[in-house]
Amino acid sequence: MRILVAVKRVPITGGRIVLTDDGQAIQTRHLGFTISPHEECGVEEAVRIVEAQGGEVVVLTLGPAEAEEQLRECMAIGADRGIHLVSDEEWDAQATAAALVEAIRAEAPFDLIVFGNESADAGNYQVGIRVAYALGLPIVTGLKGLVVSDGRARAEQETASGRDVYEVGLPAIVTVKEGLNLPRYPSVPAKLRANRKPVAAQAVGRPPSRLQKLRLVVPAGRGKQAEILGRGPEAAPAVVEIMRRLGVA
Amino acid sequence: MSVLVLIEPDDELALQAVTLARSLGGPVQGISIGPADAPVDVLHVAQVDGSYAPGAWAAAVVQLVERLAPSAVVAPGSDRGNEVLAHVAARLDLPLAANVTEMRGDEVTRQRWGGSLLEEARLGEGLKLLTAAPHAFEAAAGRAGATESFAPALAEADTAVRVVESVGASTGGISLAEAKVVVSGGRGVGSAEGFAVLEELAGLLGGAVGCSRVVTSAGWRPHADQVGQTGTKVSPELYVACGISGATQHIAGCKGAKKLLAINGDPEATIFAHADYAVIGDLHEILPAISAELRKARAA
Ligand SMILES: Cc1cc2nc3c(=O)[nH]c(=O)nc-3n(C[C@H](O)[C@H](O)[C@H](O)COP(=O)(O)OP(=O)(O)OC[C@H]3O[C@@H](n4cnc5c(N)ncnc54)[C@H](O)[C@@H]3O)c2cc1C
Ligand SMILES: Nc1ncnc2c1ncn2[C@@H]1O[C@H](COP(=O)(O)O)[C@@H](O)[C@H]1O
Repeated sequence: MRILVAVKRVPITGGRIVLTDDGQAIQTRHLGFTISPHEECGVEEAVRIVEAQGGEVVVLTLGPAEAEEQLRECMAIGADRGIHLVSDEEWDAQATAAALVEAIRAEAPFDLIVFGNESADAGNYQVGIRVAYALGLPIVTGLKGLVVSDGRARAEQETASGRDVYEVGLPAIVTVKEGLNLPRYPSVPAKLRANRKPVAAQAVGRPPSRLQKLRLVVPAGRGKQAEILGRGPEAAPAVVEIMRRLGVA
Repeated sequence: MSVLVLIEPDDELALQAVTLARSLGGPVQGISIGPADAPVDVLHVAQVDGSYAPGAWAAAVVQLVERLAPSAVVAPGSDRGNEVLAHVAARLDLPLAANVTEMRGDEVTRQRWGGSLLEEARLGEGLKLLTAAPHAFEAAAGRAGATESFAPALAEADTAVRVVESVGASTGGISLAEAKVVVSGGRGVGSAEGFAVLEELAGLLGGAVGCSRVVTSAGWRPHADQVGQTGTKVSPELYVACGISGATQHIAGCKGAKKLLAINGDPEATIFAHADYAVIGDLHEILPAISAELRKARAA
């Protein structure tokens, strides 16, 4: 099995989002970075499949030079190598998909290509689907269950009333959601090994955006001041009184 | 020019999408796969056999777009709405703005980070493709107009990916998404066993237990209990956040709550900025006291 997973570096925003002065980006000076939990589950799933069936897991990202950090984190989970399309700019979904398609074609064939259901920051809900059309591959989205065997994938989505099941032949593309599995915490030796795994980096130029970002805006807060009901267990009667007033007690 | 809306039967989010479509001006035409009821001027019912197949739905939308030449296609910001419109966007090689909260001319405001951040963006010339952010619009009301039936031509590839089986959920307790009260715990709960005091209060209130991502990552609770950007979005009458700091990605899942009560040992915790009611202190002392007080009040 050859499996490719596409991941994107995003800031860990914490309790409050602060924008840069020009309103074009999140102020990240004091922030750490990660990938979407959806994508982390994608990497874990790919590694488990290859651990069980043999093969190779490749992680692919389009992002700034620092995104190598995220590729190394994926390799600490167990991915074998990384492909890094280096660009400091933010790309729209169409341009992102086109760049990923080119990189995937150069490394093809893959049996399975894994995306997050949506990126944590942009939330475009579409890059995986665009890549599938460009490569002429079947795609199933939003998976919380995946079984790959005998050249086929059985894929499960969660619905309000249970699960919807799909079956597709490989090669195929899937997009996954957190909850698909519980990703491992990489061990220290795994992290050290990851530092020695190969990453192929290549600078790429951004084409014009067709969904053109003008500015970011932090939504107005609730503008409310919390009513302090008390400190410690002595607050219990006041809490119950509120619950009664809300009609939930 | 008209606006085309993707209608899913019995879907509140589709009625919200109709409201966004109405705000764009012009007649609103609907497309549904099979029969549906929606307050649109004309509902085009596509005859597509069998279970859900995103490619078939997208093919139907694309064929109707060719016939009606609408100015925009709007879909609900549901899993299927976002999926089908992304298929349509890929087929037509057009940009797609997901989770839009407002549209003015060719400019949209859309949600990023699960709604913690907004982006103002320009969609280029020609047909606009957008999905309506959930709960950003009132549901459209009113009577359905005319209904027309059409049979889209489908290729084999359009139905290659389709639902082959639907499995019912194991019916255990009150679902998180529907619960009137959610008692939710974070890292401050300290362990899987620590959730007993949350279970007790939720049980007394007929509510559900939720949690933060730290809790699911630690394996204290299953991911199905996680509230937030990559978990469940809840909208109870009361959300009780216990030992949760208030990260934007957690708030993204509970900002639909009517009222939020935060219990946290740190008076400076961000969660208090999102709360209606605050109790400062150790949740392991406070929750049992609330449960005891509830029992006492009921016995009286
Ligand atoms: C892309 C992305 C998606 C994410 N999606 C989600 C998501 O869906 N859901 C989610 O929850 N998180 C999500 N996160 C993680 C999020 O950023 C935070 O890490 C997480 O919400 C923090 O969980 P917490 O509040 O339980 O823990 P902490 O931030 O560690 O807070 C613990 C709180 O407990 C308080 N406390 C400690 N002990 C006690 C006590 N005895 N009594 C009372 N209070 C106490 C502390 O004062 C503190 O405020 C996501 C992150 C990213 C980057
Ligand atoms: N810059 C990027 N580099 C690599 N993969 C990406 C990038 N942007 C998006 N993706 C992948 O596409 C998925 C969906 O992204 P989106 O369409 O932006 O919501 C993400 O979860 C990633 O798997």
